[in-house]
Formats: sequence, structure tokens, C-alpha cells
Amino acid sequence: MLSRLAAPRTRAALLLIGATLLAGCTDGPWNNPNPDSPPGLVTYQSVMTPLPPKHLDPALSYAADESLFLMQIYEPPMGYHYLKRPYELLPLGVEDFPEITYINAEGEIIDPQAEDVAYSVYELTVRADARYQPHPAFALDDRGAPRYLFKDASESRPYRQISDFPELGSRPVAANDYVYAIKRLADPFNASPMLGFMAQYIVGMEDFSARLKDVPRDGWVNLDDYRMDGLEVVDDRTFRITIKGRYPQFSYWLAMHFFSPIAPEVDRFFHNPGFLDRNLTLDWWPVGSGPFMMVKNDPNSEIVLERNPNFREDYFPTEGAPGDAEQGLLEDAGKRLPLIDRAVFRLEKEVLSLWTKFLQGYYDRSGESHGNTNRVFDQAFVVGPNGVELGAELASHGITVSPDVKPAIYYYGFNMRDPVLGGYTEERRKLRRALQIAFDTEEYLKIFYKGNGIPAQSPIPPGIPGFVEGEAGINPYVYDWVDGAPKRKSIEHAKQLLTEAGYPNGRDARTGEPLKIFIDVQSQAISSTSMNWMDRAFGRIGVQVEYRPADWNRTREKLLTGNTQIFSHGWLADYPDPENFLFLLYGPESPLICNCDGANNASYERPEYDDLFRQMRVLPAGEERDALVARMVDLYREDAVWLYGFYPKDIYLNNPWVHNNKRHGISKNTLKYVRIDDDLRERKREEWNQPVIWPLYAMSALLVALLLPGIIAYRRRLRATARQ
Amino acid sequence: MFAYIVRRLIYAIPILVGVNLLTFTLFFVVNSPDDMAASQLGDKYVTPEAIENWKQKNGYDKPLFLNPDAAGVAQITDTIFFDKSVRLFAFDFGRSESGRDITTDVATRMWPSLAVALPTFLVGIGVNICVALMVVMFRGTRLDRGAVFVFVALMSISYLFYIIGGQFLVAKTWRLVPISGFHTEGQVWKFLILPVLVGVVAGIGAGARWYRTLFLEEANQDYVRTARAKGCSELSILFRHILPNALIPILTGVVVLIPSLFMGSLLIESFFGIPGLGSYMLDAINSQDFAIVRSMVFIGSILYIIGLLLTDISYTWADPRVRLS
Repeated sequence: MLSRLAAPRTRAALLLIGATLLAGCTDGPWNNPNPDSPPGLVTYQSVMTPLPPKHLDPALSYAADESLFLMQIYEPPMGYHYLKRPYELLPLGVEDFPEITYINAEGEIIDPQAEDVAYSVYELTVRADARYQPHPAFALDDRGAPRYLFKDASESRPYRQISDFPELGSRPVAANDYVYAIKRLADPFNASPMLGFMAQYIVGMEDFSARLKDVPRDGWVNLDDYRMDGLEVVDDRTFRITIKGRYPQFSYWLAMHFFSPIAPEVDRFFHNPGFLDRNLTLDWWPVGSGPFMMVKNDPNSEIVLERNPNFREDYFPTEGAPGDAEQGLLEDAGKRLPLIDRAVFRLEKEVLSLWTKFLQGYYDRSGESHGNTNRVFDQAFVVGPNGVELGAELASHGITVSPDVKPAIYYYGFNMRDPVLGGYTEERRKLRRALQIAFDTEEYLKIFYKGNGIPAQSPIPPGIPGFVEGEAGINPYVYDWVDGAPKRKSIEHAKQLLTEAGYPNGRDARTGEPLKIFIDVQSQAISSTSMNWMDRAFGRIGVQVEYRPADWNRTREKLLTGNTQIFSHGWLADYPDPENFLFLLYGPESPLICNCDGANNASYERPEYDDLFRQMRVLPAGEERDALVARMVDLYREDAVWLYGFYPKDIYLNNPWVHNNKRHGISKNTLKYVRIDDDLRERKREEWNQPVIWPLYAMSALLVALLLPGIIAYRRRLRATARQ
Repeated sequence: MFAYIVRRLIYAIPILVGVNLLTFTLFFVVNSPDDMAASQLGDKYVTPEAIENWKQKNGYDKPLFLNPDAAGVAQITDTIFFDKSVRLFAFDFGRSESGRDITTDVATRMWPSLAVALPTFLVGIGVNICVALMVVMFRGTRLDRGAVFVFVALMSISYLFYIIGGQFLVAKTWRLVPISGFHTEGQVWKFLILPVLVGVVAGIGAGARWYRTLFLEEANQDYVRTARAKGCSELSILFRHILPNALIPILTGVVVLIPSLFMGSLLIESFFGIPGLGSYMLDAINSQDFAIVRSMVFIGSILYIIGLLLTDISYTWADPRVRLS
């Protein structure tokens, strides 16, 4: 046997295997899934889950996962303070807050408090130092003409990616770029999700859109050639937007990526012939003036952002919310932003891979838009004496936790037009309240959400004006205030309400039939265990439940037609204003009234509420407005419109080398604040990822043990005589 | 043979039309164009106008199969089905609902699929054949019976178990390779080791058992006894006599898969983060992207038909008595 090992061919084979194995012993751990970062650049390693972004054009995108990228690349006119709570609006792409002028129907400037406001004119001045990232769309030839304009597809064929263009250019952001971006929202060819909504407010948007519909689309259409009444470019840096009536929430909309500046030459560049066939579009290669620029977009694998060298001077805030300084969130106060050079977002579809890589130190955070700790990563937390705590393994790694109560609400609503549960009589209210009490939201959240949620006392979540804490903030129809905490009313009380509603012991007093309620659920969003739990919860008051599972399309259809009794839904705030939640109950928003995907899926219609909403919508923040909001919340509680609701809480985990981890529920442009301790990361990765070699030897031994008897038996057979 | 190939290719056309029709019908039974528009536009503030604009932009504003408002042939041709299907036959896959060029995406993503599927396929066949031949060599012994037991046990374990078990042990606990991912920059092979290993191990049970059955049938033939009587070694009997004679059923099961290797594997690609065509298809189904689903089903059908044709051709190579006419 040994002599065989010495044979030249065998030796060569062994050498080859050895060399191959040694090739694996490169710098760093064997299991490192990340390619080497460019030397000298601090790279933030993160994930995009579970699907790649579909749109990166600010006119088309309307998803939090996409906003994660857009808000690093673009700077809309307004933004939010990173640390302060409640959320504070700040100028971002413009010098100052918009200057608002109110005009009456005759075109005269009137007092801001006047009642006959017909139009509001928002005047904004673009920052003098705002400048676009280097991009081929801005490259000019010797005569000052665009460098990359092609006559036909064959001319543009050599260019397959943005990095293929050798010449780059840049220019300051102009007022017209913001105006051009709004025109793109109105262009029906772009099919922007914002068109229908914004056309209600921006003057002339509807007409502009109708006009653009008839324009032939052979190549680029310069929207500058078409006028929209509500938009005006005053000078290079100043522009005006005129909206109908008074709509204070418009300032919040200006903080969303829809209003980010788009340079017309960029739009023209991406309309070059042949570009579309190579996915060279604005929808895949955003071009902005924000802190980062996109250098790689492979949605199948990864998206890479790099520091925009032309980014204006921006500094880490010097003040924050109470407690921020103690948590070290002001350590970087006054430092120039961004604090990292590069960010890589990798596509991760499976939770096991994501968590393993996070624990091995290859991802800096557990997630970006989703914490990924709910339901899927049980070992992250343990229940300790002080409630839910980080598990031992994670704690020993120095991992930190960033809880994030989202400005959102998940709820099960009653269809207020339903013949059994709907209606506004006292009996129906009592029936719905009995069901509200029976649904023990606290227990439900503990079991199915690991306690990561706060039972909703009103439609307005924490962090939004109108949310009231303490005894004053509880829903008195469902809770009592006992020992400094809300306590759900007793099942006996629910039974009493049920009796008063005409259903003693859960049976119809007139017919004797048991009360059966129907809950429409999305098949993918509910488990059989939670259905069993609900059976038991309602069973305690003698009510039977039947579930009607369906996919999202069918559920949506039922909501649009009102063919539902109890339905599940959710809402994530667009902006931190109570109006953005209270409109979920505004009568004209009912899909059955607006004949659209209205937000009032419960079809709640109470004239008093609707009047209050209309008043509240146009009022500036203040006591008067607060009073209206409080009264609307009272009406919602009195009418028991939703079965239950909770404010979801996401928990994000951060590896110890990541700093400035405060979550911002509304804004996504927080990447510029992230700081990475690169040296610590390298050390920890080495320490945590030493390969375990013995299984390789064990497997080799096992293989030999399996083969050896066969080889021996084979050799014996070859030597055997015929008789044997 | 040329006439045979041409005839088979012509037969493929009605098959492809049928597959396309079936895909189209099934997809639109579940998703109306309005559903697709709503899914692409998001959940908020979706107005009927926005849905109409989206449908118009993406060519879903026509009737599905029959346009009663059109005249003559246009009743058929001025429909979503005709618009979306006919161009497939010219290999123009168009754009996904999110606006990306499908041909470019397919061309980019088929290589990672192939990078995993080809070694899994080749190593898998090699291992399965070797294991099966070894077991056949000890047919009737306790080793043979034990091997069959192990094969059945391996077959009975879910594919997911191999994937998750492999990831847990090799990547998470032993930290020998990355748990998932794929990069063309640097060492691509280190991302392939685990998926290939899992694919091969998961296939041993069914594969080796199948080949064992084929080889056993041949092992009892007269020519094997003759070869042994002539003094041929067991290895020579297995590889030079039994294997070539068992090739026809092997080719039937194997060659048809070769073109489909480009299509990748839904599970492996999804779990190991391989940006191939398998995960492309899965993402498209999840995001209700009919343009991609339709194109992928069409490509899959074509590759399957090519696989069947190649199988027929391979018979003539494996067995000179076979003639295609």
C-alpha cells in the first residue's frame, strides 16, 4: 500500500488535492462570503430582504425597501432630524422651510388664518452647495454639448453599465430639477403611484397629465416644453408649487423621495436608443445629490453605494432627544457626514443564512427595513427577570439592540356596513365592544409576536402627535386603569355586553342560533395556531368563528366590494401627522364611496367624525387641532370600529462595531450617520470564524473505512479460485 | 436523421403554443391585470386612473383572448394573449413588469445556475454510477442489502433537510465554507462546494438505487458470464461491458435534463443565494410578474423539447442498431 502512495501519479494527485485545499487557506476566515473591500474604504455590510427592489425611480417607487436606497442617493426638499422625537421636519435639499403664501379665489394674497384660502403657494430655495454626483449624463464635449447622446442603438452598444462610460460630469442642483421631477410624477407614461393622489392638490397636474397622454413617445419627451400651472421656476435656485386650498401636510410630502430633483439631462441620457434593452434606465441607476451614489446595481445579488464626492457639507447633529447623549448617540456630534465610505446591500432570502452571517460578523446589522427578529429568530432572546433580554450567545458577542416602534398600526376592522356586526345602534356597539374585550391583544402579542408590539388604544401610534400615554390615553370601553397600567375588562363584562346586545351566551335571543363571526384572513399571514387561539378567545363568550382565507388579490377584491365582515389590514405612516392615521376612518375614503382603493376599509361613516376630520386636516399644529384629534379618537372608541389593533415593534440587532444605531421610523436617509469601527470588525471576524477542521479528517477516515472493506473484498475476489 | 430532427422541431410548435396558452390561462385565472397593476403600484393611494395608466403602459389594457371591438383578424391579434405570446416565438421576451429587459436578465442569470447545476449533475452521475456498480459487484451479499437500505433511507429524507442540515453543520457549526452567496469576484468555487455537495448527497439514494437496478439486469446476462470466463477483471466487466449496455435507460433519464441545467434549481438557488434562473422564477411568482413567468415557462418548454430530441439522438450513439427516421 505504501509503495503505491509513492507512485508518481498518486503523488501528483495528492499534491493537487493539497494545493487545492491550501488555496482555500487565503487571508481571513474560510467562510467569509464577502469579497475584499477596496483598501482604505470603510464598508458597511448589510442586507436587502426578501426581494430585490423593483423600482429605483423616485417617481415610480413606493416601498420602504426601495426607499432605503433612494433616500441615500436623492435629497428631497425636506427631511427629518435624525435624533429628535417627536419627529422634527427640517430643510434638506433646500435652504429653509417653505415660505407659504395663501391666496383667495380672486388671486389676492390673504392672511394665513383666513377662511377663504383657495390656493397655497410654497416657495422654496435650493441649497447653493447642492451638487449632483459625477455621472456621464452631465459629461460635456469641447463645445459644451452632452457627451453621450446617441443617434441609434448600434452607437450606444459598447456601453452596458454606467461604469463603461469613461467621462463623467456634474453640476449644481437647479430649481428646475425639482419642477421637472414633479412633472415626471404627472406624466402618465411613467404611471407614478402618486399621480392620482397629488393631482388632487397640485394645481394643473391633472390637465398636464391629460395633455401628456396624447404626446407621441418616440424617444425622450422634454417635460420642460410643457407647462404645469401649479409650478413656477423663479430663478436658478427658487421655485414655487401652488396647491389647492390649505394642506399643511404638504410639507411632509416634500420630505418624500417623490419630490427629489431630477435633472432633465439625466432623463434624456437614459432615453438614449438601446439603453432600455440593457437595463440602463433611471429606474435602475438613480442619479442624485445625496450622500451616496450607486456604483453597482445587481438586484439579483447586491447593490453597492459609495460616498458621493460632490456631497454638500453636512454634519452630525449636535443635539438630540433626552437620553441620546447618555447612550453615546452624540459622540459624533459635529463630524462631517457621511461617516462611512461604502455600503453593500446583499440579497438574502433565507433567514438562516442571514442570521448565520450576522452572527459570524459578515453583516453589520440584522436588517434594514425589517428587524427579522420577530418569530424567526427565537434564540436571539430569552425571557429574564426584566422581561425579554438578549440571549447569552448574542450578549457575549457584544451585540446591541435597537428597538423600533414603527409609526404604524396593524388591525382587524369591522365592516361597519355588515348586517350583523356593523351599524351605529347602541346594541351593535355593545356587540363589537364585547368582541374587542374577548380578543386579548396582550396575550396574542406575547404568543405570536414575542411581545413585539403595543396594544393600540387608538389609531394613532407613539411618536405621532395625538398619541396619549397613561390613564388619559386608554380606551375606556375596553380597558380600566388599575395600578398604574391599563387592564383589559373582564370576560364577564364582555358577556354582559353581549347579552345587552341581544346575544345572551353568544346566541341570538330571537332565533336561538349561535352567533358566528367571519374573519377574512390572508392565507400567508395567519397560522393555524393563531386561528385556534382566536377560536378559544371568542369561545370564552360563546361566539363561534369561521375563517375565510384568501390570497392578497382576493382579499383586496373583498375590501373593494365590501364583501367582508372582519378583515385584517395595516398602515405604515407616510409622515408623522395624526391626519395620516385618522384618514383611515374618514367616510369618503371608503372604497364603496370613492370607488377606489380607499383606506377606510371599515366603511366607517359618521358625519361628526368626517366634519372634524375636514377641520383638522387644514389646521396647523396647536391646541385647537389637538382637541379635534382627541374628539375623533373618542368617536372611534365609542363606535368600536376595529376589533383590535397594535403598534408593531421591530427589534434590530447591531454588531458591536456599528455605532449610531437609533432607528428613525419615518425617514430612511440615516445611512450617512452610521459609523463602523473597522479594526474591531476585522478582529471579531477572525475570532468568531476559526474553521473547525476535525470533521474533514473524520469524513476522510469514514470514506476510507467505507472503501477499504470493499477494496479488500474486491482484491480477495480477484485472487479467488473458481471454486471459492 | 436531419428530416427526423426537422419533423420533431415542427411538432414542437403546437406544444409550445399549448404550453403558452395553459400558462396564460392559469396565470390570469389567479391574477387579473388589475391585480397585477395594484401589486406593482403598491398598497397606498392606488386610484383607478393609476391602474389604467399602468395597464396602458404595460400593454394590459386590451381584452385577454378576444377583442369584440376590433374588426376581422384584429379580434384575435389585438389581445393581450396575442401581444404577449407571439413575440416569444421570435425569442423576444420583452420586459418584466418592473421594466427590466428579460433577455438580458436570463443571459446574466443562467451562468450562476449552470455553475451550480453542471458540477452537481456531472459529479452526481459519476458518484451514483460508481456506487451502483460497486454495490452490483457485491450483489446478493450483506453489503448489497445494507446499501439498498441506506439508499432507501437517503431517498426518504426531504431535500430541505439536506440543505438546512448541510448549512447548519458545514457552514454554521464548522465554518468551513460560506453559508450562502455567490460572487464572480475572487473565489467562486468556495460558494459552490456546499450546494454541489448537498445536491450530490441528496441525489445518491435515488440515483444509485436506480442505476443498481439497471446494472443488475445486465449483470445477469450471458455476455457478462462470458467476459468473466475469458478472465476479464471485475472492473473491466463493470465499466467496459455492463455500463455501455445499460446506457440506453441511463440516457433516457439523463440527457433530457442537460438543457434544463440552465434553468437551475428553485430550492438550491433560493437557500444558497445563487442569483440564477431558479430564484428568478421564484421571485417572479412571488411578485406576480407574469412577463417573467411566461418567458421562463416558454424557455423551460423549449429546453425540455431539446432535451427529448437530444435523448433520441444519443440513442444512436449509444446503440448503433438504433436508427432515427
